[in-house]
Amino acid sequence: MQIEDLIDINEICASHDIEISFISSLQKTGLIEITTVDDVLFIDTGQVKQLEKCIHFHYDLDINIEGIETITYLLDRITTLQEEIGELRNRLQLYETF
Amino acid sequence: MTYPDYYKILGIEKSATQKDIKNAFRKLARKYHPDLNPNDKDAKKNFQEINEANEVLSDPEKRKKYDQYGKDWQHAENFEKGNHYQQQSSGTHGTYSSGTHFDGAFSDFFESMFGGSAYTDNSRRVKFRGEDYNAELHLNLLDAYTTHKQTLTVNGKKIRITIPAGIENGQTIKISGHGGQGINGGPNGDLYITFSISSHDKFKRLGNDLYTTVDLNLYTAVLGGEITIDTISGKVKLKVKPETQNGTKILLKNKGFPVYKNEGHFGALYITYAIKIPTNLNDKQKSLFTELSES
Repeated sequence: MQIEDLIDINEICASHDIEISFISSLQKTGLIEITTVDDVLFIDTGQVKQLEKCIHFHYDLDINIEGIETITYLLDRITTLQEEIGELRNRLQLYETF
Repeated sequence: MTYPDYYKILGIEKSATQKDIKNAFRKLARKYHPDLNPNDKDAKKNFQEINEANEVLSDPEKRKKYDQYGKDWQHAENFEKGNHYQQQSSGTHGTYSSGTHFDGAFSDFFESMFGGSAYTDNSRRVKFRGEDYNAELHLNLLDAYTTHKQTLTVNGKKIRITIPAGIENGQTIKISGHGGQGINGGPNGDLYITFSISSHDKFKRLGNDLYTTVDLNLYTAVLGGEITIDTISGKVKLKVKPETQNGTKILLKNKGFPVYKNEGHFGALYITYAIKIPTNLNDKQKSLFTELSES
């Protein structure tokens, strides 16, 4: 991982006007990963989308950390199921006209 | 342009307090928020409506104007002259007042009455990362067979992308940084392209393998011989064994679909023989078949 792929957590907190403790809670539950470089906390750019999702859930929809954890798990399952449906639809095409 | 009943959309009375509005919005947002309903276009549309309703009703000035001019929105233009709403507009679509990035536009009614997208001052206004865009690209099977370049127009910008051979129906690829522009120096969002590959009348695809049915005349099936068949990459000569049965399947290695991002590797082509019984037989042919059946 290169340093340019990392964003200072403080910048994110300032941009979104959120508490750093919220990000720490997300880290504790494993919803996001934080990297420490020279005692400064960073998040990988690839995780910003996931973090913003959590911010929306918590601050906009009033969902607590436990709720976010459950939702994230269920969304992962939905994604897996949607992929499986897509694969089965492709397989079904084999029999539709033959 | 249709007049949206924002109160009805949020399921509240006209006398609703700000707290009622907030509660109603949150309840519906929990149901329809795009982050909670991946790949659900209906949920996205519903969320756009409740987002817009909340944007208007949660802002006392906008609510006043909506209540006053709502159904006669055309007359609101005079009211709008020199208005201060435009000054608050960021020019970026797809946010709601509590600060979520959302790639949905407001209705024509909203744009006409309130002038573009809505930003009102509240605590979580500033955004970090640009919104993600989603697009669907339709290809036919032959397009997906070869690596090729294609130019797309996304939000008025032309983007030239390389589509690798072997892309799957329903597969989504991410083009980093080609989504919405980041705000306050934040990174741009990403562009997600989902491929929709139409079926082919001759070849069916399953993963990297192709399936086809080839007609075989009775005589070649019985006596054996040589036939020429179409594969996706050209014609191929095949030897047919004597006494080949109807429905016999044969496999041609490396004549299927290219393996995605694995150049030079291909799946297999599965051929099913469909033996055609001769029709309109003359008397002599019938007699020969009779003789054959009695032999």
